[in-house]
Amino acid sequence: MPTLSQFLSQAFNGIALGSLLALIACGLTIILGTLGVLNFAHGAMFMLGAYVAFVVLSHVDSFAAALALGALALLFFGLVIERGLIRFYYDRPHEDQILVTFGLGIMMVEAVRHVFGGESQRVPIPSWGRGIVNLHFFYYPLYRVETIGIATLILLGFYLLLYRTRIGLVVRAGIEDPLMVELLGTHVRRAFMVVFSLGTMAAGSAGVIYAPLAAIIPNMGEAFLVQCFVVVVIGGLGSFPGAIVGGIIVGEILSLTTLINPAYAEAAIYAVMTLVLIVRPRGLLGAVGRA
Amino acid sequence: MAEVRQGVVRWLPELLVVLTLAMLPFPCDALFGSVDILTRILIWGIFGLGFDLLFGFTGLLSFGQAAFYGCGGFVTAYLLTSGDLSNVWLAMGAGIAAAAAFSIIVGILALRRIGIYFAMITLAFGELAYFLENSPLARWTGGENGMPGVPAPHLEIGSFDFSFAGSWASYELVAACFFLGFVFARLVVKSPVGIVLTAVRQNALRTAALGHDVHGYKLAVFVLAAIFAGGSGALLGVFQGYMPPDAFALQTSGQLVIQTVVGGVGTLIGPTIGAAVWLLLRELLQQLPVLGDLWLFILGLVFVTLVTVLPKGIVGAAVRLGSHSPFAQPKPFTMHRSGERMDVAGQALLAPAPIAIAPDRKPAELAIDVCNVSKAYGGIHAVAGVSLALPPGRFHAIIGPNGAGKSTLLRLLNREESPDSGRILLHGIDITAADVTTAHQYGLAKSFQINQLFPQLTVRQNLRIGALGRQRGPLRLDVFRSADGFRSVELLVVALLDQLGLTGCADLGVNSLPYGEKRRLELGLALASRPSVLLLDEPLAGLSPGEREGIKHLIRDLRCGRTIVLVEHDMDAVFELAERITVLHEGRKLAEGTPQEISGNRKVREAYLGRMAA
Repeated sequence: MPTLSQFLSQAFNGIALGSLLALIACGLTIILGTLGVLNFAHGAMFMLGAYVAFVVLSHVDSFAAALALGALALLFFGLVIERGLIRFYYDRPHEDQILVTFGLGIMMVEAVRHVFGGESQRVPIPSWGRGIVNLHFFYYPLYRVETIGIATLILLGFYLLLYRTRIGLVVRAGIEDPLMVELLGTHVRRAFMVVFSLGTMAAGSAGVIYAPLAAIIPNMGEAFLVQCFVVVVIGGLGSFPGAIVGGIIVGEILSLTTLINPAYAEAAIYAVMTLVLIVRPRGLLGAVGRA
Repeated sequence: MAEVRQGVVRWLPELLVVLTLAMLPFPCDALFGSVDILTRILIWGIFGLGFDLLFGFTGLLSFGQAAFYGCGGFVTAYLLTSGDLSNVWLAMGAGIAAAAAFSIIVGILALRRIGIYFAMITLAFGELAYFLENSPLARWTGGENGMPGVPAPHLEIGSFDFSFAGSWASYELVAACFFLGFVFARLVVKSPVGIVLTAVRQNALRTAALGHDVHGYKLAVFVLAAIFAGGSGALLGVFQGYMPPDAFALQTSGQLVIQTVVGGVGTLIGPTIGAAVWLLLRELLQQLPVLGDLWLFILGLVFVTLVTVLPKGIVGAAVRLGSHSPFAQPKPFTMHRSGERMDVAGQALLAPAPIAIAPDRKPAELAIDVCNVSKAYGGIHAVAGVSLALPPGRFHAIIGPNGAGKSTLLRLLNREESPDSGRILLHGIDITAADVTTAHQYGLAKSFQINQLFPQLTVRQNLRIGALGRQRGPLRLDVFRSADGFRSVELLVVALLDQLGLTGCADLGVNSLPYGEKRRLELGLALASRPSVLLLDEPLAGLSPGEREGIKHLIRDLRCGRTIVLVEHDMDAVFELAERITVLHEGRKLAEGTPQEISGNRKVREAYLGRMAA
């Protein structure tokens, strides 16, 4: 039997992992909800963010610079990809969109592998994140607490952007009914460009935060992509709050199952996903009648 | 002589495959020093045959095929290495059966959703299988080490014993399996099942509305794809003597998708071509200093480019080049109108088919009996407590201003949507809870307001799909029959083509038809099942006055005693055709009566023109 402090520290790990998953999945889900495109390259975007952090931190010792540059780089990269590739796919079948982003993801992973090599790289924990913190019941690595904080702040930023600004209103309306927004005189397609870039930025910033937590390798995004699919299915397709709730749920399942038997951690999230599909196919917070 | 030539043409793809399989190993052996690479290509090719049926023909993009590939391979390998089974053929059969059983579970869950969701769920199940293999089941599967020591099969007939060990023998075994798989896949494509699968991809709603159990066919093709996957996985283990754990990995599913798209979806041979491109490119590029490291990047680039500009892949492009060559003769587009009244034989062919009702039941007095049905969307009561009682053979029209609930009522009748309350009886059978497919099997058909056709098929194939629904029942896996092999269906299609005036363009793609012809075909699709109750949702919408006359004649000529419910805005047509008319207004029944009664009704005029005008 695990002790209480073991349980609590794993539960905390679950929140840390869950907040990262929520951040990646919210990018995936706003792209999916607004553009209708399931971005299979989203895991590669996450990976790219981690490598930007690796490059920046090997030159300057400033995590803030890494985070800012990582987010900006992915914002710009998303912009280029949307203008150069994705926008030609809006009127094509979903299957084609999946195929092209899948191919794009492979190219990104292979390009990074070519430049940085296939072996894993270490990114140092920022100086203010080293050490442990006393949480009364147990001691916990400081950086993981900060991970939760940073991810929450970025998610809060996304929340304010989506729910408190004009562009957010357009995006949320676009999730409901893109055609209607277009008819009301707002150029949804222009909003698409912004949404795609913001979505990749979310993945990229998650990559930067994640980088010091574990070793980074070119295909690290794949596992996160699949876990994000599970998050989106559980939380509800295209739902921003659903991505956050789903992210925390998946993070907790992964961490707490590890406590009992690590071999079943991954299997457990798919079991829960299957359960959601049977009991509530639209997901916990998904709207009725989508996809 | 002609028969021989016809046979050659009919079996040309099979002949070409046999010849290629027989010839190719020699240059391959000379070039690479072994035929192993060809064996690997063919194992991927078998895997791809099933996937092409699933994705290329039915349009279901699965990212979890590795689950069934690995399942087939590992079950076979386990049975052989554990000593539970010494017969390799039996073990391979068990592996395939395990893959099929697994696919039924995954299919039932994944096929609840389409498109994006389907891709995500299959991918997740693929990963689930990978993790199960890797740790909880590692005791049996060897986990990350895989399973070495898988024996090669051998064939014993009396004293003759041939072992399929070694490069050449393995190639012979895999090539034989590939050929059998190819022949079988081709049979499936040419069978009624194949044409229904194609129909599902192009318009699932219409396929269901024509009496085909779409979900059942999807599950069938999903399991079929898993059988191919399991078989190829089993062959991989037997060929290598080792079952690698990455058979289960996402990369395997991804590689299959890429190979299929690069080679050409919907071509059967495409995935094999794609596999050849993948394996040869890797083999060749890896020998170059700089590019070797980038081979997968280059493949990704090729893939993205092909998806963007050549959706049908290499094989599709080759076929298109062939059809654009000066040797290919374009089919002329000729219009043909029968214009003549249908003869007695045609009448008999197109008359309503008898409905299968239990013999002890006496025929119902009403063809359609709608009791107090309601349907609301949010706060809008589209249909509110409408009843309708139509005796057999009645020509009944439903009119009303825009938004009166006419089309909603038809959708409820056709069982595309379910009423919130009320009951719907068809020939005395309660169909309130039935789905659109079942309703169609009971003799109900609808001509849609917006054309619901199969755009990439010919006019003849469209009508055939319509006629096959009730001929074969909702779900039948008659893969050894030819889709055009039902004599009564073909006669019906010819008679229908003649009546619709579409004989001249019978073998043209529906895409190339003008709107008026498409509208006729829409009506023809509804008639192809010889329904006893026909629902017509604005059949005249968008047509020129001349075309309207044509459709009106068709409706009259092809009535053959059916019960007809017509929703239409063209009042001249309604008052000319209908025996009785129901007027709907804001979801409620405003009036019902003969055309004379309705035209004199004060309330009706108010509803249409406002109180002042009345």
